[in-house]
Amino acid sequence: MAEKQQSRFGAIGAFLADRSYYVLGVVLFLLIWQAASMLKLFGNDFSEAFSPYAAALALIEMAKSGDILRHSVPSLRRVLVSLFFAILIALPVGVLVGYFKRLEQLSYVVFQFMRMISPLAWMPIAIIIFGVGDLSVTFLLWLVAIWPLILNTAHGAGRVSPLWLNMAKTMGALDAGILRKIIIPAAIPDMLTGLRLAVGVSWIILVPAEMLGVPDGLGYFILDTRDRFRYDQLIATIIVIGVIGYLLDSVNRWLISKYSWKI
Amino acid sequence: MVSDTAMSDNGDSRKPLLELHGVSKIFNKEGKDFLALERVDLSVNEGEFVCILGPTGCGKSVTLQIVAGLIEQTAGSVILDGTEEHGPGPHKGMVFQEYALLPWRNVLENVEIGLELKHVPKSERHIIAKEQLAIVGLEGTEHQQVHEISVGMRQRVAIARALANKPKILLMDEPFEALDALTKEEMQIQILNVWEKTGTTILFVTHDVDEAIFLSDRICVMDINPGRLKKVLVNQLPRPRHECISRTDRQFNEMRDEIIALYSSLKDEELDLII
Repeated sequence: MAEKQQSRFGAIGAFLADRSYYVLGVVLFLLIWQAASMLKLFGNDFSEAFSPYAAALALIEMAKSGDILRHSVPSLRRVLVSLFFAILIALPVGVLVGYFKRLEQLSYVVFQFMRMISPLAWMPIAIIIFGVGDLSVTFLLWLVAIWPLILNTAHGAGRVSPLWLNMAKTMGALDAGILRKIIIPAAIPDMLTGLRLAVGVSWIILVPAEMLGVPDGLGYFILDTRDRFRYDQLIATIIVIGVIGYLLDSVNRWLISKYSWKI
Repeated sequence: MVSDTAMSDNGDSRKPLLELHGVSKIFNKEGKDFLALERVDLSVNEGEFVCILGPTGCGKSVTLQIVAGLIEQTAGSVILDGTEEHGPGPHKGMVFQEYALLPWRNVLENVEIGLELKHVPKSERHIIAKEQLAIVGLEGTEHQQVHEISVGMRQRVAIARALANKPKILLMDEPFEALDALTKEEMQIQILNVWEKTGTTILFVTHDVDEAIFLSDRICVMDINPGRLKKVLVNQLPRPRHECISRTDRQFNEMRDEIIALYSSLKDEELDLII
């Protein structure tokens, strides 16, 4: 009994020891960064403002003044709204393209071509159509999110086993039933992979997109800190962008592990 | 001709549930026609256990899939319970060799799929599905995932799923082929239990001679090139069948010899039966 207890603590200990390497990696990174700024590696004028210590102080200041919230919320809203509309279009298109070979052939070249164009290239067109502001930014994010969603959904819908389709037919399933009970659930893991990629790339494109004349958002705030020569706040904003991106990706990874099925 | 005499031997107390009349199938492969099945006539009586036995390429699976409605015959007709059949449906329960379970559903949800498609209410679905799982001996596995259970259990889930629709006939396409020898024997006992408990009619395709003898009331022996019915044998092996006693029965060996003699004209490489 005692031995069992001990081995259990041993297992927990081993688990924590294993996990501690993640924390250690972050600590080492911060130490090297701090050392670099103390050695003035970023230049005599800026090294102090670029240090993690200065960034931490700026983070506290921004949290107290409400700047973090004031700029994170519009950024998250833009990403989520554009993702919502991207999902709305991409899932049906992806299922159709994945399921019907002719549609896949018809769309293949166009989709592969479109997805290689940075949405920032569309920026002038977006501004002509939607004007400067929220709508243009949301459109650009939508345009970047839609391709990974379509292509991954199509991939998932395309590899549905013919055996499952035959089984469903012998169960009396018609087209609607086959779509709801077989094709969509079979494609969910790939849809979620597409979502993870879409969120990642949207979050990356968000910062330059928000430099296009919106009055708030993390991308806007980067330029704002620069203009105010508050490089400590600039670094703090970069940290906020990274942390939110990491958290968004974690949610997606959790969704994938929850809804993926094993054979 | 042979089949007619064999059928009348079987007694007239049971009416034919399934009838195949002159069923032929021509496949077109790369522009060339290929006769897979030539004028198959066979019938299965209500409550009967019939095996279709033959080597690869005899069209036994094609025959079953035509009955299931997954393949359309080139000529001939399939009549089930007095009406001509077109296309698949839940009244013909199909059990596939590869189980065809849905990996994103647990055991209970897999059994329920046919009922869901029929919009049976949830509570009723649970009751029916649990009943079927009990029939195949899988009580208590309802919430397990498909990848967590053994292959033998998976096939039992597939049988329960087909039974949940209360089919008129259960069609089984080499269902135990992918199993190891011991599990296969267990499953043979299991399917006989299911058959006795439910009284369902079973049409069972196999290329395992012993399996056909152990399970069936009658055996439809098929020939290759082209695939056609060679002979229908009435299986007199006493019931209930027993794992050891039945396999050492004199009649078991006589049937075996008879079937092997039917295939004596085939070359070894054509004959991939399990003997």
